[in-house]
Parts: sequence; C-alpha cells; structure tokens
Amino acid sequence: MAGAIVAEGLRKNFGSVEALRGIDLDVASGTVFGFLGPNGAGKTTAVRIFTTLLLPDGGRAEVVGLDVVRDAEALRARIGLAGQSAAVDENLTGLENIEMVGRLYHLPAAEARRRAGEILERFGLAEAGDRQAKTYSGGMRRRLDVAASLVARPDVLFLDEPTTGLDPRSRIDLWAMIRELVHEGKTILLTTQYLEEADNLADRIAVVDLGTIIAEGTADELKDQIGGEVLELHVKDPAQISQVGQALSGVGIGEPSIDQEAGKIRIPVGADGPAALLDSVRRIDDMKLALEDIALHRPTLDDVFLSLTGHAAEEEQEEQASSGRRKRGRRQGQRRDA
Amino acid sequence: MSTAISAPPGVRPGGRIRYGFSDGMVVMRRNLLQLSRIPTVLVFELVQPIMFVLLFRFVFAGNIITPPGMTYVMYLMPGIFTQNAIFGSTTTAIGLAEDMKKGLLDRFRSLPMARSAVLVGRTTSDLAKNLILVLLVIGVGYLVNFRFQNGLVGAVAMILLVLAVGFVFSWISATVGLAIKEVEGVQAAMFTGIFPIVFISSALVPVQGMVSWIQPVAERNPVTIWANCARVLALGNVALPTDRATHTIPTTSLEGLLAWSAIWILGLLIVFVPVSIRMYRKLT
Repeated sequence: MAGAIVAEGLRKNFGSVEALRGIDLDVASGTVFGFLGPNGAGKTTAVRIFTTLLLPDGGRAEVVGLDVVRDAEALRARIGLAGQSAAVDENLTGLENIEMVGRLYHLPAAEARRRAGEILERFGLAEAGDRQAKTYSGGMRRRLDVAASLVARPDVLFLDEPTTGLDPRSRIDLWAMIRELVHEGKTILLTTQYLEEADNLADRIAVVDLGTIIAEGTADELKDQIGGEVLELHVKDPAQISQVGQALSGVGIGEPSIDQEAGKIRIPVGADGPAALLDSVRRIDDMKLALEDIALHRPTLDDVFLSLTGHAAEEEQEEQASSGRRKRGRRQGQRRDA
Repeated sequence: MSTAISAPPGVRPGGRIRYGFSDGMVVMRRNLLQLSRIPTVLVFELVQPIMFVLLFRFVFAGNIITPPGMTYVMYLMPGIFTQNAIFGSTTTAIGLAEDMKKGLLDRFRSLPMARSAVLVGRTTSDLAKNLILVLLVIGVGYLVNFRFQNGLVGAVAMILLVLAVGFVFSWISATVGLAIKEVEGVQAAMFTGIFPIVFISSALVPVQGMVSWIQPVAERNPVTIWANCARVLALGNVALPTDRATHTIPTTSLEGLLAWSAIWILGLLIVFVPVSIRMYRKLT
C-alpha cells in the first residue's frame, strides 16, 4: 500500500442496506481524486470511513499509511475534513471557529490564533473574521469550513460535496482555492454530484453508484470509454420528442438518451460524427419535424455517467429485479447516513 | 466481515490523559461563548423556576404542612434550587443533539481531540451556566422572603451541593441525548423522566403528606436526600428531616445526609460518565 489513500474491498452496511459493496481505491500522494456519483451512491459513507467517523464492516482502508480502524487516533492528526460531513459553529466568529479547531488539533494557543488569522486572510474572510458565522453567506460558510479543516496543515484533505448548494460564483471561488491547495502538494479526496466539478478539479475520477466503483480513470479516459463524439439535438416542440427519437433510430453507435423535460436527445456517434449529423438532419427534415438546435459534442462526463449508470442499473434490474430498486429508494431516504 | 476491522479503534492512553482536560476546556469555552452570544437562553431557563416559586409560594403554600419551626418559603427554596439544577441539566442533552444535527459532532469526531472532550466540555459549561442560574434563583428567593440561616459556609456548601447534583444530571442528560439524538425527543424524554423523580421527593413538599405507599419510595429517592441536605446546609439543624426510612447510614443528621448525597453523586457519575463517553465513541 503506497498511495496516500488506499482501500481494499471496503464494505459497509446499514441494516440490510449495502452502502459500500467492496470499494478498491489507490490515490497517489499529491493528487486530487474525485468521487463522483448521485445521492446515496456511498460517497459520504466512504469519506466517513476514511475520516474515522464510521467503522467499516469489511475490507481495509489506510490514509497516509495509517489504518483507519487500528490507527484512528494517529490518523485524525493527519487529515482534514470539510463539507457536508462537518460544520462550523454559527454562533462563533470565523476566527473563533478556526482557532477552536486549531486548539483541538493541539496547536498551542498563540499558534492557533496566528494560523487562524493567516488562513482567514487567504480565504478572503479576513474582514468577516470577527463576525459570527451565522451572518455569513453560504459561500463564505463553506470557505470557512474548508479553512477550518486546513488549520493543522493536514497531508490529506477530504472534501465531502464542498460546493453542493452554492451559487455558481461561490463555486468557482471555491474551486480556485481547492486548486491552490493542490499546487501545495496536498492529497485531496473530493466527492461531488457535479460532473463538471470532478472534470475541473480531479486528476482521477471514480464513478460510484450503489456502493461500487463502476469506472475509474482520468476524465479523458472516462470520456474515451464511451467513444468519440455525441450528437445533441434540441427539439422545438417537446411534444414531438418521441417522434424525433423514432426518426433517428439506427443513427449513431449506441442507445440515444432522451431528456423529455429539456427536450434534448443525445446520441453517441463514435468517430463518424459529421455523417451521423447529416443523416439526422435529412431524416428529421423528411418527417417535417422542427429542431431548436443540433450540434456535435465531444463527450462530457455527463455522457459517461449516464451511459455507465444506465448500464449498471439495467444489469441490476435483470439480476435482482425489485430489490435493487427498493435499496436505491431506501438509501436515498437515509441521506445523512449514506 | 473481516475480523481485523471490526475491532474498536485502539486507544492511546497517553493522548487521552494528556489532552482529556485541555480539549474539554476548549469545548467548554466554545459552549460558553455560544451562551454569551445568545443570553436569552438563560432568560427562558429562568422563567421556569420563577414560575415554580410563584406557584408554590403563593398558590400551594397554604395547603402544605411544613415541619415545625419553618415557614413554607424557607422549606421550599432549597428544594427549588435542587430541582432547578436538575431541570437545567436538560440543556446538556439538547446541546449535544443540536451539535449532532448541525454536523459539529462529526467535525469534532474527525479531530485528534480526546474522546471525552465534547462531553466534558458540555457538562462543565452547563455547570457554569447552572451556577449563574442558581445565583439568579437565589435572588428570586430573596425577593419572596427566603433567607439563608446557616451562615456563609452553609450557603456556599448548599450551592456546591446543588451544582454537583446538576453536574450528575448533566451526564445522565448527555447519555439520553446521545441515545435519542433529536432535540424534540430529548426534551420529551428528559421531562417525562425528570418530573416524577423530582416530584416524588421532598424537594417541593414534605414526604409525610404523601400517600403511605409512596413515602418509602420518596424517602429513598436521591432527590429527597439532596433536597434535605440542601435544606440543612441552608437553614441549619431546624431543617433536619424526621425520616422514617431505615437507611444503613441514618439520614437524620447532616453527616448522614452529606454521606448519602456524596454516595449518590459519585455512584451516578461512575455509571454515567463512562457510559456516555462510550456512546460518543460509538456514534456513527
């Protein structure tokens, strides 16, 4: 086990719900690893095990070479945690929050205070440092949260959905801060539901669904997995979307994904993009159907995710028809645990 | 299931001893800061004892037979101080449940701090809060003609006893809070538990007036022992109970009352401190 974060066959059950069904992971030191998946996929459960909040039911996990169960106490001194699994005290000022966390990492009082000041400065919170955190905006709170997790200068940082619920501006600000941390050589495990976020920040990405890693690689590798380009059509009249879908049957190299609400159809077309585009336009014109927009895209992580999870879900339904569906529903109900 | 993994995390006694106290004080400081930011909490906590004082002092007083040589308000107030310390401990459970809900306990649990610190910090900050409350309620007592009659030492000793009782109940409260985890549930559970314990005691009315079969229960209730002890410390020997229950150490002298008070306080701490810390460690 050489990586900064390593897991082998990591399992966790909540009652009859299998939140993690054997996760293998090896995150190289100084890289950002993205854990990408929908709610209830098991991302937070994994983070809670890595940060010693939860005991695994099977398998093993190590962070900076320390076992998350046997060496939990030593490990806690080496890691930082922020995001949905952790919080700031809103009745304390920003400065008091960070100082307190610093003291609890056993920094001397003066050092905790000095670092708290520095870190607030760095996260653009210096002026707000003397105000109670309850007066902070969502973005400021999240920055404070990340700042607090950094006060002891941990080797490894766990960011559990750090930008969930933030407005786009705050998200971009936080991204910039996370990138800066990477330049300093920190190892970061980041969970996110946002494909764009993983694409932007992570060196490697694991796509997680129903407690297992269904794909792993760099963003480009994942995109290559579904191969080539994607044809995206935006219909003018959403009522016609199924007609358009039928008209296009046989185009491309994979099943089209249809987003009824947005009126969009996406078809993987492999390397033969322009021909598929022309073919589609011809067919739709023949049927006298109207389009708002049609374009060829290099695949996004969205395509990867849809193609991967769509596939996985189908397999599961074949194997264990109703139980898989029930599990997914229950797990979403148990959001805090999962 | 792998056997190696299911074992609880290895304890490092060195770390615990070294940091147990200082980490607890960091958390206590945070709780007191919080209290200083929202002092209205204190006001709300004061409403209840004031209500009890007014109700019992002015509504029930005429119907309650007090031991000879004592007015009812003199009898009542040490019991109110004791009761108030016990009621006040509910905030320990509520504070923990709130921290849990907001994710602060997760943050604390991911830090290399002592596993006892959150509970030590919470119970000690509630101890400090209880001191403020007791002093305020003593002030209320003086407004309705209560007076300490056993000198300064007696008064201080009574305050210390009452605070110790509150501290014990804070740990019980912590255990309940960690078990129930929700603010509303915690409030309900604490009050359904605490009300009978406080009312089937000599805190507010003499045991002698209770139904005969309940008297032995009331006389053995630690709240009776604490309230009686507080009364003797505050008022002197005039308040010594004429207890019919045969305790192994008689509770009809100050020494006996102090001994039993200490036994109950230490006994409950010995049970609830490790139990609650263990529950904190096992949180998921």
